[in-house]
Amino acid sequence: MHRIERIEGTALPMRGDDIDTDRILPARYLRAITFEGMEQHLFEDERAGSAGGDRVTSTHPFDDPRFRGATILVVNRNFGCGSSREHAPQGLYRAGFRAVIGESFSEIFFGNSMLIGLACLTAPPGQIAELQARVEQRPDATLRIDVKASICEFDGLRIPLSLPASARDALLTGAWDTTGMLLDRYEEVNAASAKLPYVSGF
Amino acid sequence: MGKTLLQKVWDLHTVRTLSTGQTQLFIGLHLVHEVTSPQAFDALRARGWRVARTDRTFATVDHIVPTRERTRPFLDVMAEDMIAALERNCREFGIRLAGLDDDRQGIVHVIGPELGLTQPGITLACGDSHTSTHGAFGAVAFGIGTSQVRDVLASQCLALEPMQVRRIRVTGKLPEGVYAKDVILTIINRLGVGGGVGYAYEYAGDTIERMSMDERMTICNMSIEGGARVGYVNPDETTFAYLKGRPFAPAGDAFDRARAWWRSMASDADARYDDDVVIKAEELTPVVTWGVNPGQSVPVTGRVPTGRDTGADPKAIADALGYMGFKGGEPVAGMKIDVAFIGSCTNSRLSDLREAARIVRGHRVAPHVQALVVPGSASIKRAAEGEGLDQIFREAGFEWRGAGCSMCLGMNPDKLVGSQVCASSSNRNFKGRQGSPEGRTLLMSPAMVAAAAITGAVTDVREFTHAVGADL
Repeated sequence: MHRIERIEGTALPMRGDDIDTDRILPARYLRAITFEGMEQHLFEDERAGSAGGDRVTSTHPFDDPRFRGATILVVNRNFGCGSSREHAPQGLYRAGFRAVIGESFSEIFFGNSMLIGLACLTAPPGQIAELQARVEQRPDATLRIDVKASICEFDGLRIPLSLPASARDALLTGAWDTTGMLLDRYEEVNAASAKLPYVSGF
Repeated sequence: MGKTLLQKVWDLHTVRTLSTGQTQLFIGLHLVHEVTSPQAFDALRARGWRVARTDRTFATVDHIVPTRERTRPFLDVMAEDMIAALERNCREFGIRLAGLDDDRQGIVHVIGPELGLTQPGITLACGDSHTSTHGAFGAVAFGIGTSQVRDVLASQCLALEPMQVRRIRVTGKLPEGVYAKDVILTIINRLGVGGGVGYAYEYAGDTIERMSMDERMTICNMSIEGGARVGYVNPDETTFAYLKGRPFAPAGDAFDRARAWWRSMASDADARYDDDVVIKAEELTPVVTWGVNPGQSVPVTGRVPTGRDTGADPKAIADALGYMGFKGGEPVAGMKIDVAFIGSCTNSRLSDLREAARIVRGHRVAPHVQALVVPGSASIKRAAEGEGLDQIFREAGFEWRGAGCSMCLGMNPDKLVGSQVCASSSNRNFKGRQGSPEGRTLLMSPAMVAAAAITGAVTDVREFTHAVGADL
């Protein structure tokens, strides 16, 4: 379990509100018993050559060679809504992404991402729009996220970021992988559950 | 100051506050299915962990099961692998499984309530976003991802952030032809698909109080489509009557003790809410979605928006219209459909099938429409057949299938083809949701799907209910 204090890399702007996890990772690829290879199917149905995308020249940012190798995704409102499939953040993580900056996230997507070490941070709409525009102008420039200070810097632009204190602490202390923490002092779990009338059969 | 049901359940299930500031919450029931669990079981094996509470864990198969040909091994090798993996994992870890041949098999959110596993005042988790369905019983039910499935398997706990509570009061009498589905689609349309982020939705008011458990489940099911991870209805006599006699519900004196406790878990009259919304039932109409998220809907008497409508995001409307191939301003009634699907964890319960059958009786499915009915569970299928509903559907030209998630999500052989338009009683009209990258979904109530199947186009079900009503 490692600590995540800084995240740096080039960025990829993915515009649009309410981008759901069915779009991020189509359901047919959930028919597998591992997460291996999920990165190959990100936004598959709307990218070049797909039935739902532009068959000739894709305008999809995930097909844009300027953003190849990006490790930070910049999105808009309610990103990752819909299905709880962890395959969506797993696909992003396996494609090399280490952070998503957006206006807001669906709670389930946020929780799934945090548990695999994919940091999700928010900023107001105006600043997201500016960041997306700047990244498009300078796709080769490095975006730097300081988790502790909750700030990002890009090409002279500084944007304060938000994330819940618990999420920030989890990243900074490496406590984002929760199972060990939940199993710690297990007698307390047993004591709490024993008090529940339905556990003891009323 | 009183407390909401959410606060009571939260407080009672809190183990402690974690070093991160999150709450460690005990999970009273963990429901498991084949799609989001295999990697979690692998993680347990890799670390040498056991399943902490097999007595509070129950599994079934629903997402990838074929609804027509169920002979094993499946022709679909990947589906066979996933079912086999769940069977192996349940055997190895000692988890109860209602497998493919079990007479309790069905959609996880249908069978939990049916078996009496879902009860008021409990915490419940499942690796599926529609877990909010179980809130209909006054449970606090969370949809989770696979890493959290691992957490719950290993520890029977989740690390969670607290939530706010928005009370949505629905008051007044629902007009004829307007169903629970129309209520929740209207709520999502008004509050937005992201409007519930950070909130639990408490559905209250006399309209909700008069609803059956099936109707309450339809409402709570789609909480997540409004961004609310949790949605619930306070438990009452309707809830208790539903639970009595169910296989896993308490029996005898224990039922009376349980009822007293369940009642005590309901929100107090003087509870404080972070937000309050009122919806007037008598103003509601049957609703149809025209776009690519469940908030993009209009009354069946209405028109597709143009992008010039006030308050709407023109870019989002243009994008949705482009995908759907619809023109702004055209009426939704009369839009041609290719497929009619009655099923899913939203609307596949016996009362849904009865209502759809009432519309269908004596009619024929339009020649160009493929129509299918997929009961939510093996038990609902048997009950419907016992009432002869299957005959009504078959005679009208519907296919009558085995229980599963079917055409809701494109993970099994039931899929749209090309740019087909589907009138669907399911919960999501996302791009590609029903298994074709160009497929188009129009969400509506099961009765509206039945009416569309017959006419071959989006139809105001009230034209049918008036006629049917006269017959009864």
